[in-house]
Amino acid sequence: MKIIGLIITVVTGALLIYAAADFPAWSDPASPASTYLSPHFIEKTMEETSVPNIVTAVLADYRGFDTMFETTVIFSAGVVCFFLLRISRREEEEPETRYYRHVLTGVTIQLKEGYKMPPSADFERIDAVWTPPDLIIKTGCRILIPFVQLFALYVIAHGHHSPGGGFQGGVILGASVILLAISHDLRTAVRRMSEKLIGILCAVGVFIYAGTGALCLLLKQNFLDYSALAGVLHVDPITARSHGILIVEIGVGIAVLATMIWIYNNISSAGRYRQGL
Amino acid sequence: MIWPIDLAILTLVVIAGIGALMVKDLLGAAILFGAYSFMMCLLWSIMGAVDVAFTEASVGAGVSTVFFVAAVFRTSRRTKD
Amino acid sequence: MTDLISMVVAKYNYWIYITLMMIGLYAMIAKNNLVKKIVGMNIFQTAIILFYVSIGVKKGATIPILEHGHGPNAHHVVHAVDYINPLPHVLMLTAIVVGVATLGVALALAIRIYNNYNTLEEDEILAQVREK
Repeated sequence: MKIIGLIITVVTGALLIYAAADFPAWSDPASPASTYLSPHFIEKTMEETSVPNIVTAVLADYRGFDTMFETTVIFSAGVVCFFLLRISRREEEEPETRYYRHVLTGVTIQLKEGYKMPPSADFERIDAVWTPPDLIIKTGCRILIPFVQLFALYVIAHGHHSPGGGFQGGVILGASVILLAISHDLRTAVRRMSEKLIGILCAVGVFIYAGTGALCLLLKQNFLDYSALAGVLHVDPITARSHGILIVEIGVGIAVLATMIWIYNNISSAGRYRQGL
Repeated sequence: MIWPIDLAILTLVVIAGIGALMVKDLLGAAILFGAYSFMMCLLWSIMGAVDVAFTEASVGAGVSTVFFVAAVFRTSRRTKD
Repeated sequence: MTDLISMVVAKYNYWIYITLMMIGLYAMIAKNNLVKKIVGMNIFQTAIILFYVSIGVKKGATIPILEHGHGPNAHHVVHAVDYINPLPHVLMLTAIVVGVATLGVALALAIRIYNNYNTLEEDEILAQVREK
């Protein structure tokens, strides 16, 4: 297998290097990719959408239909992870013996024969094999997480004028919750953001995106043509396109946030939702 | 675009990529893959693709490294190649 | 000789991208461990993204965010040669995020396989499948 793989790799690589001789020179301003279509977008984006960041404008406005289905792909990836790891675990028996730890004193209680303890602030449920989270890491992450989330919201809201947007901001928001799950344990993170909420948020993000498109359709314009929102938002059509991009980016951010947390929760606990990493 | 920096980072990218595939420990492979993603992010930012670099820094170097470490933790670190 | 040097300067970036892509392809074909295969898949993917992004690079141009977008001297004429081509960036930005989603699915599959066969090595899994 290794020899066949090596032969395939070398032959493909040689063909590609031979083909690279026909490419335009690297960083050539007169290459075909930079002369045919892109000057239109660079010169007209500001007039048509009033968004200085061309990447954001093309992503959410000119190519909005494509980005909508990219968001759908991310949503389906989250659902697939859930089905692969979580659904089959549901049938597994809950452990007969449960352990609860008193948070202040560290005393652990063992309940046998399927007895449960009502949820309270004094006790937390732990696994049979349990490693205590480190105090320094816990405190450090507690201080860090609000700032990470604030930065993520800034990235989403300021995507029109600086690098950033729904995808990046959503991933950073998701990473802040993942940081909570790593520094404490998975149960703490799931208590803050339950499985049901994550599933709903995932669908809500895609719904906001598709709903904005459908709203434009109802207002007698094309699907995802945000200038139709001018009457609803009481602004001129060009500013309406800028606002439409922001609404759509928020939808993307919510969907990406929920999907990242969902995939992490399922992978780190192999679908069991116990202590996690 | 400064070519010595470009060439140095391209070399580091190739080294990190080969290292991630050669190392005989999956946790090491995950961390080297994070380094690879971060070098890639630097490469894109010197090419002027700031949005792509930002995405790679948050997604590639951040979240996907966490996914790899989580998956290795749930399976095994052992590998034969 | 000068022809050769100018060709190397113009093309060495493409050659290194192809090298990276082939490293990923070889890992996908020949590596025995499933997580190593997934790492190879990601290297292949980032190499292609790198190639696309490099198409948009222009000598002497700046990042694709328009200067003085709003404010007193807005609405000035924008010249396309001053800004890097933004279209490859847009295509690749979504590809990266979709890439991490597919990475999650791939790792979930690897975990399921590990739970069933208790190994990540391809040959050991195949041997167990043949026994059954």
